[in-house]
Amino acid sequence: MSAVHRIPRDATIVAWRNLLNLRRTPGSVIAALIQPVMFVLLLAYVFGGSLGGGDYRTFLMGGIFAQAVTFNAAFTALGLAKDLDNGIVDRFRSLPMPRMAVLLGRTLSDLSMSVVTLTVTSLCGLLVGWRVGGSALEAVLAYLLILLFAFAMSWVGAAIGLMARSVEVAQSAGLIWLFPVTFVSSSFVSTRTMPGPLRTVAEWNPVSATATAVRDLLGNPPPPGTDPGTAWPVVHALPYALGCAALITAVFMALSLRRFRRISLV
Amino acid sequence: MMTSRPAPPAPAIRAEGLVKRFGAKQALAGVDLEAPRGTVLGVLGPNGAGKTTTVRILTTLMRPDAGRAEVAGRDVLADPEGVREHLGLSGQYAAVDEKLTGRENLYLVARLYGMGRRAARRRADRLLGEFRLEEAADRPSGTFSGGMRRRLDLAGALVARPEVVVLDEPTTGLDPRGRADTWKAVRDLVGEGTTVLLTTQYLEEADQLADSIAVIDRGRVIARGSAAQLKARIGGERLTLTVADPRAVAPVGELLDSLGPHRCDHDPRTGRFTVAVEHGAHSLEYALSLLRGWGVTVRDVELAPPTLDDVFLELTGGAPPPGPVPAEPDAAAALTTGSRA
Repeated sequence: MSAVHRIPRDATIVAWRNLLNLRRTPGSVIAALIQPVMFVLLLAYVFGGSLGGGDYRTFLMGGIFAQAVTFNAAFTALGLAKDLDNGIVDRFRSLPMPRMAVLLGRTLSDLSMSVVTLTVTSLCGLLVGWRVGGSALEAVLAYLLILLFAFAMSWVGAAIGLMARSVEVAQSAGLIWLFPVTFVSSSFVSTRTMPGPLRTVAEWNPVSATATAVRDLLGNPPPPGTDPGTAWPVVHALPYALGCAALITAVFMALSLRRFRRISLV
Repeated sequence: MMTSRPAPPAPAIRAEGLVKRFGAKQALAGVDLEAPRGTVLGVLGPNGAGKTTTVRILTTLMRPDAGRAEVAGRDVLADPEGVREHLGLSGQYAAVDEKLTGRENLYLVARLYGMGRRAARRRADRLLGEFRLEEAADRPSGTFSGGMRRRLDLAGALVARPEVVVLDEPTTGLDPRGRADTWKAVRDLVGEGTTVLLTTQYLEEADQLADSIAVIDRGRVIARGSAAQLKARIGGERLTLTVADPRAVAPVGELLDSLGPHRCDHDPRTGRFTVAVEHGAHSLEYALSLLRGWGVTVRDVELAPPTLDDVFLELTGGAPPPGPVPAEPDAAAALTTGSRA
């Protein structure tokens, strides 16, 4: 299609519109920021004491980052469902803009949201004693990896938002999958004590790989006495995490676009 | 074209045999439409007649199951992007972003039509002025009144100065002032050479604005022509008279039926009779003289050309039923049954 070159331009314009919307609904933004802060405090002080104290708090943050950006996928699901519901998507569809720009605009604005989430979460981490142990370059790479993963998860949210038949369904469907996906992982605890099959799932969970790779890059080792194991995705966390992000993005982008075209042409 | 003479201009909107089905429901059963450039085509029909489905197909938001359509010389199926570039749509429910200001809404649409930043800003300012929205321009559009939101939505449809503008029930729910504003905007557009397709449930609106009218019912065009042609189709004038005495209903009804080929309607609530007559003045005089002879008091009498309402009711077969409304005893029966159950 000749409109391909317009995708980035129009997506940026749609993202601008989405961000204006977010800025004017500060309540939902604040709610989205309270959630990771709450998890940091809960895990650091309620569970952290029996899991390694200060060492655990250092270990924890990589998992918190992975979880926080995964939860932002719920934002994408809800945002798209609302746009479909209130007629603004009909307006977009009647304009000479590529369909893809509507979806990419949404995932880009939610990526900006993830930048805000990461900033607030990092500040909160610093307050509870988390520190970057590695080099500055590695730290930058760690944040880039998290944002890449955020982008991938946002496309999962987009697909859910487009499949949902109403805003209410999008809201609950966009949230429920996040709990098993982020908790059946090595985000917050070692997978060692999990029963066999669950342990395998957790080890191969892209959330685990992202958290592990981020910890490696940030120089945040696991607390002493916790054995991360030697499963392939644990040992090769960085390439596995990158591969997962690319694959998830490709698959869910294609699914979302196909679904969006379908609802566009009932 | 090889010849020096220009080809006759293609109509701005042409639809042939549009069919659309939603599950078991046949929404469109072969709709043909045509609007020459610079004219207003009114698509008139009750709720659920297929107006919005037609609009969605013409604006590339939906694919027909069969049939073809061209808008601004471009095929809606083969070149939807081309159609969208030359089309402005203002929907039944104003599609404005409530969190964005009026200015931002128009700027957004202008940018997405491909305009640069400065051109988009200038176009937004210009339209805010034309649609009397300057004062509210920097308020979130969610705080706008219904009429202002419609104006903003309409302004959004005109951002790119499109060749064809499609307005889906643009005045539904508007107050008289809002309606007058919208009508003026449509007339201005046509004055500039734009082609407008307008769906409406209001016959007066079609009568006021449309050069030609297509009446849609149950997914089919059941009549087309100018307002005058449609009125002429059902012939003559409308004789309306009201009698106070309920005992006179039967004889008056017989008398009015005997005036010509058309049967009269009687509204038992208001006591009003309506009948289509071929020779208005003569029929009126004749009926009144007979009624005077019978001693029947006529409270009110009127002779008028048919309105589009008359045309519409006659064409769709939706004329009010003569005699007492049959629903009432049924409703009473249902109530009784309900209380027993």
